[in-house]
Amino acid sequence: MSTSKPKVLVLTGFGINCDEETAYAFQICGGDPYIIHINDLIENRSIISQFQILMFPGGFSYGDDTGSGKAFANRIKNNLMDEISSFIERDTLVLGICNGFQVLTNLGIVPDLGNRFEGKAEVALEHNNTFRYQCRWVDLNVNPDSPSVFTKGIEKLHIPIAHGEGNFFTEADVLQRIEEMNLVAMRYAGKDGKPAEGKFPDNPNGSLNDIASICSPNGRIMGMMPHPERGMFFTQRDDWTYLLEKYKRTGQEVPEYSDGIKIFQNAINYFK
Amino acid sequence: MSQESTANLRLEVFYKKHDPRANAMVSRLEKLGYSTGSVHLADNYLINAPLDDESSLKISEMLVNPVIQDVFINRCYVPEKFSYAVEVGFLPGVTDNISHTVRESVEDLLKTELDHEKSVFCTISYFFEDIDRDAACKIAAELYNPLIQRVKILSKDEFLQNKGFGYSIPVVKISDRMTADIIDLNIPEDELISMGKDGIPDSDGTRRGPLALDLLSMETIKDYYDNVEKRKPTDIEIESIAQTWSEHCKHTIFASAIDDDIPEGIYKTFIREATRKIRKDKGAADFCVSVFTDNAGGIRFDDNYIVSDKVETHNSPSALDPFGGAITGIVGVNRDEIGFGMGAKPIANRYGYCFADPEDEKPLYKNKTEDSKLLSPRRIMEGVVQGVNAGGNTSGIPTPQGFIFFDKRYKGKPLVFVGTIGLIPNEVNGQPSVQKKAMAGDYVVMVGGRVGRDGIHGATFSSEALTSGSPATAVQIGDPITQKKFSDAIVKEARDRNLYNSITDNGAGGLSCSVAEMAKESGGFVVDLEKVPLKYPGLAPWQIWISESQERMTLSVSKDKIDEFISLMKKRGVEATVIGEFNDTTRAVVKYNGKEIFNLDMDFLHDGLPKRTLYTSDINSNNPEYLYDEPSDHGKVLSDMLARLNLCSFEFITSQYDYEVQANSAVKPLQGKGRVNGNVSVIKPVLNSPRGVVLSQGLYPTYSDLDTYWMAACAIDTAIRNAISAGASLDHLAILDNFCWCDSNNPERLGQLKKSGQACYDFAVAYGTPFISGKDSMFNDFKGYDENFKEVEISIPPTLLISSIGVVEDVLKCQTMDFKFGGDLIYIVGETSRELGGSEYSLYRGEADGIEGFVGENVPQVDSVINKKIYTAVERAIKSGLVSSSTSIERGGLAVALAKSSISGGLGVRIDLKDVAVSGTLRDDELLYSESQGRLVLTVAPDKKTDFEKAFSGVSISMIGNVSEDEAFVVKGQKGSTIIVSEVRSLNESYRKTLGKY
Repeated sequence: MSTSKPKVLVLTGFGINCDEETAYAFQICGGDPYIIHINDLIENRSIISQFQILMFPGGFSYGDDTGSGKAFANRIKNNLMDEISSFIERDTLVLGICNGFQVLTNLGIVPDLGNRFEGKAEVALEHNNTFRYQCRWVDLNVNPDSPSVFTKGIEKLHIPIAHGEGNFFTEADVLQRIEEMNLVAMRYAGKDGKPAEGKFPDNPNGSLNDIASICSPNGRIMGMMPHPERGMFFTQRDDWTYLLEKYKRTGQEVPEYSDGIKIFQNAINYFK
Repeated sequence: MSQESTANLRLEVFYKKHDPRANAMVSRLEKLGYSTGSVHLADNYLINAPLDDESSLKISEMLVNPVIQDVFINRCYVPEKFSYAVEVGFLPGVTDNISHTVRESVEDLLKTELDHEKSVFCTISYFFEDIDRDAACKIAAELYNPLIQRVKILSKDEFLQNKGFGYSIPVVKISDRMTADIIDLNIPEDELISMGKDGIPDSDGTRRGPLALDLLSMETIKDYYDNVEKRKPTDIEIESIAQTWSEHCKHTIFASAIDDDIPEGIYKTFIREATRKIRKDKGAADFCVSVFTDNAGGIRFDDNYIVSDKVETHNSPSALDPFGGAITGIVGVNRDEIGFGMGAKPIANRYGYCFADPEDEKPLYKNKTEDSKLLSPRRIMEGVVQGVNAGGNTSGIPTPQGFIFFDKRYKGKPLVFVGTIGLIPNEVNGQPSVQKKAMAGDYVVMVGGRVGRDGIHGATFSSEALTSGSPATAVQIGDPITQKKFSDAIVKEARDRNLYNSITDNGAGGLSCSVAEMAKESGGFVVDLEKVPLKYPGLAPWQIWISESQERMTLSVSKDKIDEFISLMKKRGVEATVIGEFNDTTRAVVKYNGKEIFNLDMDFLHDGLPKRTLYTSDINSNNPEYLYDEPSDHGKVLSDMLARLNLCSFEFITSQYDYEVQANSAVKPLQGKGRVNGNVSVIKPVLNSPRGVVLSQGLYPTYSDLDTYWMAACAIDTAIRNAISAGASLDHLAILDNFCWCDSNNPERLGQLKKSGQACYDFAVAYGTPFISGKDSMFNDFKGYDENFKEVEISIPPTLLISSIGVVEDVLKCQTMDFKFGGDLIYIVGETSRELGGSEYSLYRGEADGIEGFVGENVPQVDSVINKKIYTAVERAIKSGLVSSSTSIERGGLAVALAKSSISGGLGVRIDLKDVAVSGTLRDDELLYSESQGRLVLTVAPDKKTDFEKAFSGVSISMIGNVSEDEAFVVKGQKGSTIIVSEVRSLNESYRKTLGKY
């Protein structure tokens, strides 16, 4: 047990672009975030041992050239594999959001079914079925049986996605093992909470089994396509002007925060 | 100069099973009317570097996702079934971002450096089943743009015989003379004229491209050399003067005297003077911080920050290469923010597109040949939309606010507006952040991309109409990742470490404009041109100097900071190079390998442009007269109107632009559960501040057919009213002007311009909304041939975009358009007059009844005294929480505003038209579709009725019905009979069907 704030390493560089708001999310939840350029980390790799949380934020690393997340994953494979290996062996957390999730899958950190971390991809986030970048709000059902540290106590989330390549795909045998091991952390759903069943726009990209997020078997590593940091405040929601009017008429209190913040709270609370 | 032009490694990456891109391609081709069987794709990487087998294997592994893809090394991918194969790659010298990334990854993998421009190339190959050669050629024409790409088409037999597409790579080969030529200006007048128009002649007689200098300017230059310098000019000097004096850079038309009554010109008299007066009148409440002088305009955000805004156009390049033109446009205007003050962080993008109907397939030709066909309006729309998608999304800048507007007169030249909002602290290192000064002794530092032949003559080209001589080198492709790297390194690090004294972007005119402009701060410069990093050898000095290669900034760095600055840039993967020194000698000097090839007086370069007076005349408009009857089926009219290009949903654009990145979106571009395109959006740019920035715009190009004074007045009124409808305040609202005009040497067009300028002054001052930045593009004309090769001239309608930017104290007090609860009372604020001139309804009726060119009568006018009262009352009512939904009535009038709020909220209405406050007598259809300004639709919870009405004392409001508990949309006419019975669902279908398929 530690009383000091968990230190969060928020990676940036080469087109990552959600670093500031993601760091802010950790900060308001009681974390101590540092935004660090990957080149600085490569130059000074030992600093990673001072951190409890490693964050791969969203963005467009290397412009998605040759496939989203691939080039950034290569940068890590070529320079930081040992450091990342020893980081995840410790009792730490790793979160990848959107492009960060794409990097994690290319690195093979999630799902890493064999718990070996060999830098080999087991799943893919392909082009959306619409073959178009989609920015829209989605409803997510959280899998209560997943070991994910990040989704503890959460049932549903209403947060946005924004990506061109989020279509979760893997071979049938891998998918079966992911499902059996309960490594799906979130699935796309309809407004009414029913499974999206692959249908656009509830499932915005065509992901197999409506998968929006998966985690590692120990639950300490999670990748997710949706952006919780874009749905952490009430006024970020797409329906807040309606909700505000509703709360005013029914005498309810207007909240400051929204669903997305819980992901970051859970991460910080893990170290309390 | 001999260079290898084949690669030694070819990697082909393909999908093991289904390829989502192939599926998308099949459906795209189906939409275009081609039926193919299956489609397969391969991504090919051609690498030209000494590599052993192991390295080749490692590289190949790096390029695939093994779950879905496989790769062949030096072996071609051959799908089982195909009849034709098409390979598309870039032409030599065209920016290829994927190749850059692959090169960097290979360098990182092998820990070695490769040649930047000769080592890695990419192509895509497509394999089509069941098509013949003719179809293959037509499909290929859809897949590439001959200005930037090359294509190979092979039948299956040819493909197999050739063993694939081969190893050739597009290496640039140039053998220009790399010296500066002496130019003789003592030549006959007609030769001087053609040099100014078509460019300096090369030794083979071909012209280098337009200088866009008229005879008066050419003679001024000649006199300067004869009398002051007493020598002959060099080519680089003439090219540089042409760039600096171009319409694009000096806004010669806006700066010239107009008639006898506007000696100071339109810009100073109407735009700048309006702002000066407003700021003086506001006194302590003045919120402007930096206007007109910098790359963008800045206003106060709060005690700690300034928000800045800039809107640009990128019309001519987008006509030639829609994707490249648009991405270069958006990434270019981002750079205006990075170059604002000491460097602002881009926090949001704007866009606005004026196109011809995408269904219009009738070709236009630049000259009398089949191969000079312009891209179709559909190709232009798709390319432009995709270009801003790639530029905005990749850069991590949200793109919330935009509009589209269609008119057939944009067929020869589309308009592509792109804008960026920036955020900068009030103070940087204890100094006001908007002040910057290059100091004598500072280094001139170029940061970012390298220089090639891209965009040469861009600035002078946009001052000319689009004709067959339009230079292909004007085409560039943006590289948002290179820019993102230096944007972060500068705005998030170097700025706050005080590592430079001044900064500006390289846009039109390249170094020639940026260095000369910044050198005004110090008083002179010397540049050593051979130090400028080039993409490939063989550029003549003048080309290096005026090249518009993208993603570059020019900074002024003091000698004691230079090492720290360069090393920081290096760490961030950004190239930064010292190319010269600022000084205070009053001379602009350029050397090439030690030899002085350019030495001009700074004052002549900047202010030598001859002053002239332009004369205007009244325009003879001969709009057809036509009286149409009241329609019998009002329901059908409403659904037809909602389906019109100018009123329908453009969600296909909105939802492919990331408007949520940076987590700052508060009022979204798609509003309500019905996802309707709003005309205003709000961002909350500082994570720990409740303050918001309201963004909107107004434009009415079709009103120009009747009266440009009221066209401009309505654009301003609308830009303001839209912002007010979301919660903005007249006390903290600024505007930007973008004039896109046509045929601006014509006195009638200048007459229209002058009237619109007068309106800009009158209404900006009346509302107290200062102009903070502006831009103009004066020659949006096309001269060429129609589908029968008959000569045509197409000029755009005079188009004025007014953009608005306001600051609100708390985004929680903002409001959206969606009806929220059944039973809420619906009010219309403001009076409705019979004002249908230039309206969407008049155009609809004219088209339906076959009256060519019918625009209607009575262009809407603006009463700013009344409207100011209205806007102040609306602002107070929204802020006090009395309003449950709010929307501004603009194009399409009351009926369209009501329908959109209904769709947005998923709730119908009961409306009684007899309760609408009118001025004069109007038929029901006129009442429904009049575009009278100064009107809004607000809804109010029944228990707030009294308070609401009290808040509007002295202002015309009328309660015209209420929101339904269900989806029924019912309107009663003035005589009491029900004239519209519809449902939200069917209105929504009409609203979405027109552009839904894109």
